[in-house]
Amino acid sequence: MSILASVPAAALSEAALSAAARAGRTGFAPVFTGIGVVAPTGASTEEHWAATRAGVSGLRPIERFDADRYPVKVAGQIRGFDVKSRVPGRLVPATDRWTQFALGAAQAALDDAGVDPAARDPLELSVVTGSSSGGNEFGQREIARLWSSGPGYVSAYQSIAWFYAATTGQIGIRHGMKGPCGVVVTEQASALDAIGQARRELRDGARTAVTGGTEAPIGPYALTCQIASGLLSTDGTYKPFDPTARGYLPGEGGAILVLEHPDRAGSHYGVLLGYAAGFDPAPGSGRPPALRRTIEAALADAGLDPGDVDVVFADGAGIPERDRAEAEALAAVFGPEGVPVTVPKTMTGRLYAGGAALDVATALLALRDAVIPPTVGVRPDPDLHLDLVRDTERRAVLRTALVVARGHDGFTSAVVVGRGTAGTDTRHMEGTR
Amino acid sequence: MMRELTLDDLRTMMRSCAGVDELVDLDSDIAELTFEDLGYDSLALLEIQSRIQQTCGVKVPDDALEYMRTPGETIAWVNSLILAAA
Repeated sequence: MSILASVPAAALSEAALSAAARAGRTGFAPVFTGIGVVAPTGASTEEHWAATRAGVSGLRPIERFDADRYPVKVAGQIRGFDVKSRVPGRLVPATDRWTQFALGAAQAALDDAGVDPAARDPLELSVVTGSSSGGNEFGQREIARLWSSGPGYVSAYQSIAWFYAATTGQIGIRHGMKGPCGVVVTEQASALDAIGQARRELRDGARTAVTGGTEAPIGPYALTCQIASGLLSTDGTYKPFDPTARGYLPGEGGAILVLEHPDRAGSHYGVLLGYAAGFDPAPGSGRPPALRRTIEAALADAGLDPGDVDVVFADGAGIPERDRAEAEALAAVFGPEGVPVTVPKTMTGRLYAGGAALDVATALLALRDAVIPPTVGVRPDPDLHLDLVRDTERRAVLRTALVVARGHDGFTSAVVVGRGTAGTDTRHMEGTR
Repeated sequence: MMRELTLDDLRTMMRSCAGVDELVDLDSDIAELTFEDLGYDSLALLEIQSRIQQTCGVKVPDDALEYMRTPGETIAWVNSLILAAA
């Protein structure tokens, strides 16, 4: 086991240590101890990871409803999520699909972490999820009942199932987690901001936090709302950083993570080294987007220099103007082609509140196995000067990963994770870096 | 058109509109067990109440929920409402 793996937060380099001192960092860095994935690439963590490493896409023609009359006909959809076995029977009629994904993923993450909430003080257990569109499929069904049958036919559960906080609430009730709980709604940056909020709760005294996010946006009503943005691809492709990019495809699912105080016993996937959030200036202001300073703030929060980052999980909007802005920010921080970049979202579509949560889960698995998963179906614009890992995975010594997320209308967040104690021994590879 | 409520009607409603706790067998003798013990909260009872109204064609007032602590009480209460309205 390398020194890095045993002392991941502090042993990166002298430069990192002095940067940490400059930044005056005071709070501890919590650790990720459990991962639960429900994604188009797999309904479990290891299915997702195997498909992602192999470059197998979960994007396919929409199966959940007849999308013939919709301009968007392809989406990332989950196969093999067995609601009956993964969601308690009493909760199925009371919850939207988005909450059901999270309930299934939360159970998997808690099992993975070896956390038994029933054996713990409920007040030290926290739940913070990110949310974006809420329970839109549930809402559509109840509105159909309202207009076709009348108010008496609308489910009493509509009152709680659509609401952004429903997922946090149902996870908290199911597992008896009565510490500080909350929900963060910041569009596609939601999951990173939820992780940042979970860190605050841990630093304020919680011991274990269930965090991350999911989304279920592949229904007629939800898709119609998204199409109105004009940002979705109508040609069935999602090609971030490609000169022929024409928008993005949506997807469903996400990831739930268990984040804990660093003194908990046992192994962990990785360390939450840094987090920062920013917000873009008003359109037409002439000022640059928030991304560069947000990345720099996350690095400063981690006490790291750009050279300490080994891979970037980019946002990858799939919209040429936004892709260029992201590539420019990465080049400004890391130098042209200065760091390997990947967008596994090209295999799932954009999962809104679930997207960045899945990226953090994937980044932790990448750190564990010393491999960068590929970006698929993209021929990047050479003018963007990206070292894009494409089509096949790349073996690499990985100590840290940066995850970037941008949402509509300016939400911008960044998280830095460091390799945990469950990592592959890569000492034999150090010379190759 | 009004019709009497049976225990099987109620089982069907509980299954379809409020779900079933894994530890509960609705097909067993549940008439004297409380909804609470069967895993149904107040929101679930509201849901069942509206389904009773649709199925039996009788108005069940909201304050009736306090007389509906068990499936057996519910059936007796609803059928007395039906009888009174007939």
